[in-house]
Amino acid sequence: MSMNNQGRPSGAGEAFPASIATISGDRGLDHEEQLIFELGHGATGVDLADVKVSDARLGGMRRKGEVGLPGLSEPEVVRHYVRLSRMNYAIDSGLYPLGSCTMKHNPRLNEKMARLPGFGDLHPLAPQSTTQGALELISQLMNWLTTLTGMPAVAMSPKAGAHGELCGLLAIRAAIAARGENRKRILVPESAHGTNPATAAFAGFTVDEVPAKPNGHVDAEALKAKLGPDVAAIMLTNPNTCGLFEGEIIDIAKAVHDAGAYFYCDGANFNAIAGKVRPGDLGIDAMHINLHKTFSTPHGGGGPGAGPVVLSERLAAYAPIPLLVADGKGLRLIEDMSAAPDGTKPFGRMCAFHGQMGMFVRALTYMLSHGRDGVRQASEDAVLSANYILASLKDVMSAPFGDGPCMHEALFDDSFLEGTGVTTLDFAKAMIDEGYHPMTMYFPLVVHGAMLIEPTESESKASLDRFIHVLHTLATEARAKQTERFAGAPHLAPRRRLDETAAARKPVLRWKPEALKAAAE
Amino acid sequence: MRYLPLTPDDRRAMLAKIGASDVDALFRDVPKPALAPLSVFNLPDTQGEMEVERALSKLAAKNVAAGAAPFFCGAGAYKHHVPSSVDHLIQRSEFLTSYTPYQPEIAQGTLQYLFEFQTQVALLTGMEVANASLYDGSTATAEAVLMAQRITKRGKAILSGGLHPHYAETVETVAGLFGPMTRSPVTPGSAEDIIALIDDETACVVVQSPDVFGLIRNLKPIADAAHAKGALLIAVVTEVVSLGLLEPPGAQGADIVAAEGQSIGNGLNFGGPYVGLFATREKFLRQMPGRLCGETVDAEGRRGYVLTLSTREQHIRREKATSNICTNSGLCTLAFTIHLSLLGEEGLTRLARINHAKASALADKLAALRGVDVVTPAFFNEFTVKLPKPAAPVVEALAAKGVIAGVPASRLLPHDKGVANLLILAATETNTDDDFAALTKALQEIL
Repeated sequence: MSMNNQGRPSGAGEAFPASIATISGDRGLDHEEQLIFELGHGATGVDLADVKVSDARLGGMRRKGEVGLPGLSEPEVVRHYVRLSRMNYAIDSGLYPLGSCTMKHNPRLNEKMARLPGFGDLHPLAPQSTTQGALELISQLMNWLTTLTGMPAVAMSPKAGAHGELCGLLAIRAAIAARGENRKRILVPESAHGTNPATAAFAGFTVDEVPAKPNGHVDAEALKAKLGPDVAAIMLTNPNTCGLFEGEIIDIAKAVHDAGAYFYCDGANFNAIAGKVRPGDLGIDAMHINLHKTFSTPHGGGGPGAGPVVLSERLAAYAPIPLLVADGKGLRLIEDMSAAPDGTKPFGRMCAFHGQMGMFVRALTYMLSHGRDGVRQASEDAVLSANYILASLKDVMSAPFGDGPCMHEALFDDSFLEGTGVTTLDFAKAMIDEGYHPMTMYFPLVVHGAMLIEPTESESKASLDRFIHVLHTLATEARAKQTERFAGAPHLAPRRRLDETAAARKPVLRWKPEALKAAAE
Repeated sequence: MRYLPLTPDDRRAMLAKIGASDVDALFRDVPKPALAPLSVFNLPDTQGEMEVERALSKLAAKNVAAGAAPFFCGAGAYKHHVPSSVDHLIQRSEFLTSYTPYQPEIAQGTLQYLFEFQTQVALLTGMEVANASLYDGSTATAEAVLMAQRITKRGKAILSGGLHPHYAETVETVAGLFGPMTRSPVTPGSAEDIIALIDDETACVVVQSPDVFGLIRNLKPIADAAHAKGALLIAVVTEVVSLGLLEPPGAQGADIVAAEGQSIGNGLNFGGPYVGLFATREKFLRQMPGRLCGETVDAEGRRGYVLTLSTREQHIRREKATSNICTNSGLCTLAFTIHLSLLGEEGLTRLARINHAKASALADKLAALRGVDVVTPAFFNEFTVKLPKPAAPVVEALAAKGVIAGVPASRLLPHDKGVANLLILAATETNTDDDFAALTKALQEIL
């Protein structure tokens, strides 16, 4: 126990020069932490009996060597991961303005509900009579998703946004095949997320890029000119990645349908319009919904996500198994292609079991908490906050597409940094020193040095004002060529800039014992 | 609304700054007929935390949790005990509410555990490199087949009859676009003649061990035969705890390992989210799908970690990427990594032995029942029995008696009349002697 037994309050003391190295290598609350493999010393963090087993039923396949795992006690493991956690930025600790990622508040009620034993400890293949509550939850969530989107059907199993894109394109592929046609080309605007062209290729299509107009919208005339008998679909993000609503969308959808093609919408930006605009009213045939964006299931350092896909009447029949149906006895999962109800022709299966149930519980909890009025208010607040940032910063930063309004994200380019020697990267890294996670940078590709800011509805006005003040000051300093803050930033994070080139040139992707390392060299 | 910080006064002040009359002025690009009034949405209005909790709890109470009954389901998802510290740690804000570590200076926590995860997966599977996870075991298997198609520039894949049918369907749906998928006939509990199906067009052979019926297979002869024809061996593991007792696929000649990691650190969750493990040989590194974390140094020479080799990935390569995948199973990989760190060498190998001992004891008890045959000669913690009557109604009848007895093979292979009487059961460290007694008693009453 540490005691100040003199009863003397400590004074401010002398400043501790940043250049002085500490003895431990740690600096106050900033701890350095070795790899778990370097900390192991033969202890154990679980108490399990040392049971002997015979080889009789192992088919001669008993492991011959050690796995090579380190041994640590529980307190050591807990401290290790707590220390690691403290090197991370998080929404809970600050504004996280990553455009296109919708880093909104993650309510803890959602976590609690997902951990109810009836959901968290439920086996996917338990008898269906014992899983009726889970099926009812999925059914309720399906109702929310179809009602909010104005679409008749939804495929629940895709495990993330890109997986949802694949599901949508495979449904389109099946629908085209059912018409006896062979359409191979998919039109993708150049402002699209990378997943769109990657998914199209993944599903066996070729990709044809559609240019953007100088105002940030897709060039509808160019798009229409590319339509033809070999075009399977277009993949359009709306609101688009420049933060703009594609106003000609209904017209585009009509042209696409007239050409016999389908309209896939990337729903990554649904948080701008949920409860305000129904994609079904825009002529969309398929759209994935990132439950981890719009409906607040946590991003968890990069997953797990969930990407249900809503489908139009024209595509509903091709939804993959499993299908959820109601019969006299309750709800039932159809897990087999040939048992699909009349009129349906599932294109296949996206994954084992029934989708990201843990995420479904969290998303439905979010929806019930917000209600339709709260979902609508959240979208309005997200759009309002982005516009507030745009309006507050457009005098010092450069907005490529004029004065707005934007949807739920504000896009800037790097023309305000011209001649300063400061790049978008420098600007973003300087934000880290100010205690902020940077915005999305260099995306979308259609503007130079893009900075895409999505504040979401989760920030108070005071928080937005503080953020605006910081960015305004940074931009003003950069333009005045006061560039000390920017050179080599960040200076105050757990790490300075990391050498990504070296990492890629000679990849070290796992820890190896010193002996093995030496042998390899 | 408790999650929305802006007050009506704030909104007015912000609109004034923007110069907009009302919020709908910000939606002016939306075609007028598409701007929907609230009344269009036939859904409930906002509710307090207590009301929502009540509604969800009511739904949860309609399900029978695995921990609430004698429980024996496996077939790709397994009930294991997860130490309390795992769930506590993964709910730390800094892990739970962070994004993909695109800004490595302020994401070293996530990056370092991914590096640890990759190392653990490589060690467990006996492979040289592993990625930072895929969605689950089934999608990892599909990605493995696509990768083999890219490497060999061949289309055909041979899927073992013992491969989990959901996995086989997932592979067929995706990789079937690029070549023929051939399933070998399934004979529960016996070796199958996969080798005879391998030819010069074959990109890969996909074999699960222990297979969906629980059978442990020797992959070595299949790997040798595949390699002789220029094909790759993809090993699938759905129960990753088995690798604490069994020879890893890497030691049996596997070129790619796709596995489900749910058993370590992650709950059953009615099928997801889970965590796909993906490992391979170093020479195939640049054909790998998914995120990779690598070691490097910062500007001051300190060790640190970054996402690397992203020129394989969709955000850089777009339509030329190795996969369209964008997310991994972040938080589930963390749960896996923490649980495996708690287990360590001693804990994992003990856990694996306990699982095998439990399953062996259960097999002995069931084999003693009249009319019940254990048809799996070599298994880890899961095996198949043949009942004197169809298994599906037996399972429903046992559920009515409060025993969740396992997965009828007919649920996975509804068209195979030969499997109608087969029941797949798993036993893990969570099962007690009382569970075994309840199952054998209830089964005796029904048969």
